This record gives sequence, C-alpha cells and structure tokens, in this order.
Amino acid sequence: MKTAFQLFFTFFKIGAFTLGGGYAMLSMVEKAVVDKKKWIASDEFWDMIAIIQSLPGVFAVNTALYVGHKIDGRKGAIAAMLGAIIPSIVIILLLATVFREYRDLPVVERIFKGIRPCVVALILAPSLRMIKSAKITWKTAIIPIATVLLIWLCKISPAIVILAAIAGSLAYALVMQKKAKQAMERKEDQA
Amino acid sequence: MIYLQLLWVFIKIGVLGFGGGYAMLSLIQHEVVENYAWMNTTEFADMVAISQMTPGPISINMATYVGYTAGGFPGSLLASFALCLPSIIMVYLIIRLFMNKKSGTLMANLLKGLKPAIAGLIFAAGLSMMNGQNFVQIGKGENNISIVICVLAFVASYFFKANPILLIVLSGVVGFFVY
Repeated sequence: MKTAFQLFFTFFKIGAFTLGGGYAMLSMVEKAVVDKKKWIASDEFWDMIAIIQSLPGVFAVNTALYVGHKIDGRKGAIAAMLGAIIPSIVIILLLATVFREYRDLPVVERIFKGIRPCVVALILAPSLRMIKSAKITWKTAIIPIATVLLIWLCKISPAIVILAAIAGSLAYALVMQKKAKQAMERKEDQA
Repeated sequence: MIYLQLLWVFIKIGVLGFGGGYAMLSLIQHEVVENYAWMNTTEFADMVAISQMTPGPISINMATYVGYTAGGFPGSLLASFALCLPSIIMVYLIIRLFMNKKSGTLMANLLKGLKPAIAGLIFAAGLSMMNGQNFVQIGKGENNISIVICVLAFVASYFFKANPILLIVLSGVVGFFVY
C-alpha cells in the first residue's frame, strides 16, 4: 500500500506542476521514477516510453498506468493514474465554475477577445510543424490536404477520417512488407 | 441521457486520439460544437485557452471542462473517466499480451503513417475556429486586430517556438487595451 501511495503522490506532483503537456511531463517522470526513486532502470524506461508513445489516448495517463503497473501491479497503475489526473480535474472545475460565472463581464470579454485569435494560431502552428517533420512531399501532401477539406468543408466526422487513415496506413505497411519479401525472394532465385 | 452521450463521446476520443492532446481537438470540436452543441465556438476557444494555460494533460483538462459544461460535476468526472477508460484497457493488454519491441515497432510505424493525417486534423480544427465569432469584426476595414494577433502569435510560435502560455497572456493584455 505504501508504494501505491508514493506512486499517487509522485504523479500528483507531476500532474499539478507540469505546464506544456505530455513531453514536458516526461522529463519530470524520468527524474522521479528513474533518478530519485530508482524504481525502473533508465534504458527500460525509455524502451517502454517508445511503446506508450504510439498508443492513442492521453499520453500522461498511459505513462502513469504503465509505470504504476510495473512498480506495484494493478493497484499501482490505478494509484498513478488517479495521481496524474486529479490535479487537472480539481483545477479545471474551480476555473470553469469561476469563469462561467464571470465570462460576461466586459473586462473578461475584452481579454478573451484578444486571446481567441491567439488560440487559433497556437493550433495552426504545431500542425504545420508536424507536416514539416513528417517529411511530406508534393506527392504525399494529398493526405493532409484531403483531411483538412473533408473535415473543414465537408464536415465529415474526424473519427471516420482517422479510421480511414488507420486502414490506409496499415495497408501501406503490409504492401511494403510484401514487396520487401518478394524482392528478397527474387534475389535468392537469382543466386 | 447526457451522461451516456458524454461517456460514448470520450471513450471514442480515447480510442481514436492518436498523437497527443492537440490531435484530439478536432474530434472534441466535432462532437462538442457540431454534433451535440454543448458549447458554441467561442466557448470552445476559451476552453482551449484555459486548458492550455493550466497544468496537467491538456486532454484531461478539456474533458473535465466539456463534461462540466454539459453535465455539471458528475459530467466532468464521467468525461475524464471515459477518456481514460480505453487507456486502462490498452495498457493492460500491452502488459499482458505483447509487451515487446517488435509490436512496439508495428505501432510506431502505424503512427508514422498516421502523422500526415493527424497534422491535417489539427489544422482543420484551427481553421474551423477561424470565424466571425472568434475573430472580431473580421474584414470590416479598420478593426483587423484579431488577424494581427493571430499572425503575430503564429510567427512567434512557428518560427521562434515562443512559450504558448506567454503568448496567451500577451494577447489577453492586448485584448484588454484594444477592445
């Protein structure tokens, strides 16, 4: 039980004090779990982060569940997850209550009139940076463009677009695998 | 009824939300603004700003906020729990069934293939928020401050990787003095 409590408080602290999302959190988790508590070895930690990163869902929650389970089984997983999300829930509930009460005040409205276009910029910028890092060429640019048009203009559910993208991505991976295999066999035949 | 809807919406987002909190924006927006109309587009923008500025995972912040708006205190707990539920099952399966590097590589390849679509998804969420409600008096000649704020924030974020919280605070200050 003691370990579960420690896990809860470790992730509670991380959840309460990390600004800037999943990746900012990661170095704090590493510091707490690998350096300070020595619960997990460094290489094992990064191996499992590599797997967790490709899962859907909340990255911080996935990490908490995995680390928690590794250290203290099911009990640890739930303790770590609750620690990671409770600060968020408490802070947002407080803010939402206050904000919904005062959002019609002229001062608040003026401030948020300035903030809203900034939020739009903060959404557009990382998506373009992502396109850059995904090394998209003129040929593959059709994918993000089609996605944008389907969702923004045709109002198609993003869920459907994601499912189609998963199917396409899997098919592509399988075709590439098959091609590689055939090329190998051809080489063997020639030899 | 609203609780069932919240549960279903956030379980779906937990299953399909590849690529982090921002990638979920489009999914959340479609359900919350267009499908169920729990919020209008300005409320949605305000919620994103608040979720971005507060500590903790942005998607949990958004789920709590949406849940609270749609279904009060129980709604907020339910939405956050629903978002975590697929994670609990998936991580458990990964630990039980195939916790090895090979399947990890398969998932990583899948995510790599999804990346261009995810980028498009996030961009679409931004475009959908670019409207007359969030951009004050767009195209009315002298008052194009919204566009100026958006362009400056974009340049600061894209080219100079400026801190998003700082940018939100600064544009709030600008809004206070200008409007």
